This record gives sequence, structure tokens and C-alpha cells, in this order.
Amino acid sequence: MEKRVTFKGWMLPLLLIAPQVVISAVFFFYPAGQAIWQSLFIPDPFGLSMQYVGLGNFEFLLSDKFYRASFVTTAIFSILVTLCSMIPALFLAVLADRLIKGSGVYRTLLIWPYAVAPAIAGVLWLFMFNTRVGVVSWYLGNLGYDWNHVLNGGEAMGLVVVASAWGRISYNFLFFFAALQAVPKSVIEAAAIDGARFWKRFWTIVLPLLSPTTFFLLVVNIVYAFFETFGVIHTITAGGPQQTTTILVYKVFSDGFVGQDLGSSSAQSVILLIVVGLLTVIQFKFIEKRVHY
Amino acid sequence: MAREVHGMVEKRGAGLWLTHVFMIFGVLVIFFPIWLAFVASTVTQPEIVRPPMPIWPGDQFWENYSAALFSGVNVPVATMLFNSLVMAIGIAVGKIIISLLSAFAIVYFKFPGKTIFFWMIFLTLMLPVEVRIVPTFEVVASFGMLNSYGGLIFPLIASATATFLFRQFFLTIPDELAEAARVDGARPMRFFWDIVVPMSRTNVAALFVILFIYGWNQYLWPLLITTDPEMNTIVMGIKQMFPSGDDVAEWPVIMATSILAMIPPVIVVVGMQRLFIRGLVDSEK
Repeated sequence: MEKRVTFKGWMLPLLLIAPQVVISAVFFFYPAGQAIWQSLFIPDPFGLSMQYVGLGNFEFLLSDKFYRASFVTTAIFSILVTLCSMIPALFLAVLADRLIKGSGVYRTLLIWPYAVAPAIAGVLWLFMFNTRVGVVSWYLGNLGYDWNHVLNGGEAMGLVVVASAWGRISYNFLFFFAALQAVPKSVIEAAAIDGARFWKRFWTIVLPLLSPTTFFLLVVNIVYAFFETFGVIHTITAGGPQQTTTILVYKVFSDGFVGQDLGSSSAQSVILLIVVGLLTVIQFKFIEKRVHY
Repeated sequence: MAREVHGMVEKRGAGLWLTHVFMIFGVLVIFFPIWLAFVASTVTQPEIVRPPMPIWPGDQFWENYSAALFSGVNVPVATMLFNSLVMAIGIAVGKIIISLLSAFAIVYFKFPGKTIFFWMIFLTLMLPVEVRIVPTFEVVASFGMLNSYGGLIFPLIASATATFLFRQFFLTIPDELAEAARVDGARPMRFFWDIVVPMSRTNVAALFVILFIYGWNQYLWPLLITTDPEMNTIVMGIKQMFPSGDDVAEWPVIMATSILAMIPPVIVVVGMQRLFIRGLVDSEK
């Protein structure tokens, strides 16, 4: 798509586009290039010089059992976060859609958690499940269940999943609700006249009509779980116990900043870059959002 | 006829009440963590460390909130709130300005290198800051921008979402307006200020809401580059309030801080709900 009417001159447009290009170059392209470059080196034991190792860092990573474990952890984590945030959201959206009055009030209340930062959500959930003072863990203890996410990897995973999914319920709710409101009432009414009950209508008409929204949400929630949940993990588990909640982004951070292993951390960045690239391609391809130039 | 069908599709009576009951239950479950944080911010430390903590607010509201705001743990929370505000507004305003300008250039001009610049901007869509943290940190450090607002803001405006949004919108502005401006001999920047910017104000506002929350809720980046507690933002600073080792955390103050950390974005989201939803749909779809 192009404008038929354009202004003359080339100095002005270059000046106009300059701020964005300069900021992107300095804070985006240069660091991204650095990441790719550094991924081909390892520092010597004294940190004085870098030695070229080609794809050595990648080979090492792909054979490293901790890195592979982190991949599996990330996959499990993302799938669980996506399911735990989409299913309740769809349920609530279907309920809200059935109401003629009052859905606005519920919507206002339900979008609150979206505004809460993942790291703050982490603190809130940590407080409820804290092994010493947590209300929920205290009641669980009374029921005879000894909750301890500090030692138990499964419980740690459960907690970071719920804390990460919580705020996303709001987000998914808004999209599902908008999509449900857009389902033509005439189609639903026709099915109702034919005698289809609510569940039948839901499975055979509404859900298929929601599939573009559902697919879109699947992709963006996976992207969210991959990249935006760092705050939750850092506040609740710091990747532990025994790395059971170390997702890939967390590992880039802990290897790069805590472990000071720049080569490996950069190689991990490059692998993540490829993952984001693939997810973006999938997103564009299936959502039919093409960028016209 | 229509009326009967209406009755079949939209529940009344018992069904309607049941829907409300489920809905209220859902809202309560989702709200519970926030409620508990609020209660914890109004009681004393001994009430919390001897579980179960109370379920209704206590009388320590002012004590805990003033302790948090004016003394905090490492730094007064008021300072962190101010830093967050500068960061969030800086990111939102900065991104909107550079995107308006570059989208205007891309849509309304033909100039050498346009295709390359366009793809350069497009590529920045793909890589969140989380992925390139180490080298970005080095760049910012080499500029001496650690512990500065510039260091907090600039790396996070290097992204193209807003540019694409404005570009899409500018393409829908009727050509006749630009034509008329050109016939009248108006300079491009005049057209930009008098026509394009005023027409974009709803988009700008919607985007501001989304970007403000994006900036406010940043965690990893401020964690890396603000080593001086005076520069901490509230979302990352809250983690620093937990003691290391076996000491017991000062829960009432921490929970008061978490409530303070969510108030500004909640006000923005709830107060500007229409713009927020519009911004969300525009920037994601």
C-alpha cells in the first residue's frame, strides 16, 4: 500500500526517521550483533582475552543436560501458563457474554490483574504460599498437606505457573469477550430454533467461530510465557529448586550476569532469537496479518 | 417470534442467577490475592507471622503506608514511585514521538533508503529486551548510563510496534487532505502538526495507556542497570526489600509497597478502559 500523494524532498524525511533509526541501531542492532558475535567466542580463564570457538558454544549448549532440561522446563511452563490462563478466561467470557446487564461491571473488575506487573504478581502469590506465613500453605498444612515450594520442584512449578497465568486471565478474557460479542446473534438464534441446547451451540458454532482469536491468543500467551515471566520466576523461586523453574530467559540472565559466562549466554540469546523469529513467523502467517510495504 | 427466540438464547430466571453466581465467584477468586495483600498492608507484623493472618483489614493502614513511603527498606518507596513514573512516562512519550515522526516519513515521503529503514524498524519488532540483555547492558554501561533515567528509558524505546500502528493509521487518512495541503502550499511539517497529529489523538492516547503499563511493569532491565537504590523502580525494588538469609521479611511494609506499585497502572487501565481495550486490540492484532 502506498500513498498516491507524497511530499517532495528527502532531507526532511531522513531527519524525521533519524531518531528511531539511531535508537534502534545503538540499542538494538549493535547489541544484537554483539550477541551473535560473542556467541562464537569463549573467554579465557582469566577473562583477559576471547578465544574463537566457532559454533563450539552452541554444540556445548545442545549437549549440555542443564540447557536441555531448561528447554523442557520452558515448554512445560509455557503450555501450562497458556492453558491455565485461557481456559478460565474463556469460561468467564462465555458467562459475561450471556449477561445482558452487568457485564461491564464484571469486565472492570476482571481487568485489574492485567495492570499488576508480573514481579508484583509473584510477590502476591509468594505471600499466599510462603512456607512460614502463607495463608494458603497454612490451611493446606491443616488439611495434612505439607506445602513447600522451596524444596519441592513440582510445587515450585505449580506456583510460578499460577502466578504467571493470573494476570493473563484478564488479557485473554478481553479478547474472548470481544470475539464472543462479535458472533452473529442470528446464527445462534437459528440454531436455538432448531433445538440446539447451549452446550451443543457452544461446541458446534461458537467455538469454531472463536478459532482465530483462540489461535492468536495461543501464540501471544506462549510468547508471554517465554519472555515476560522473568519477574515472576525471579521473585518466587529464582529458578530453583535445583533449576526446576529455570526457563530459558532466566538461564540467559543467570549464566550471563550471575555466572559471567558471556559466550554461553550470548549463544543462548541467539537460540532465543531464532525461537522468537519462528513464533513471529507463525503469528504473521496464521493471523493473516501481513505487513504491506 | 423474535421475543421467544430471545428467551431461548439468553437465560432468564434461575439460569441468569446461576450465571451471576459463577461470575461473582470467578471475580472473587481472581481478586483474592489483591485483597489479601491489602489486608496484610493494614495489620501488624506479629499478626502476619502467626498464621493464619486476619481476613479483614486492621487499623495499621497509615503506619504501614507511611513507613513504606517515607522510609522503606533500602530507600523510601516514594523515591521508587517517582523513578517508575519517570521511566513509564519517558518510555510512553519517547516511543510515541519517534514513532509519529518516522511513520510520517515512511507514509508521506519517497526517499533513498526507505526500504532499508522500513525493514530495520520491522526487525526490532522481533526481539524483546530480555533476549539481548548482556550486550545491551554493555552498551549502556559504556555510555556511562547506568543508574540514569536515560539508561532506563532508551533501550526500551527501540521497538517498532508503535511505528507500525501509526503507519497503518496514516494510510487511512484520505489523500484529499494531503492534496489540499499541498495545493495550498502548506509545508509538510505544517500538514503534520495541523492535520496528522490532531487526527491521531485517539490512537496516541490508546497507545499511551499500553506503553505506560509496559514501562511501569518492567522488571529485568531496571534490575540490571540500577545498582544504586536511589534509582530503583518500585516494581524491581520490591524484591530488594526481602531480606537475604533467614531474617523474616517485613510483610506489612512489603505488601503496602506492592499495593502502591499497582495503583498507578490500575488507575490508568480502569480509568481509561475504552482507550486501554482499543490500544490492546490495535497493538496486538
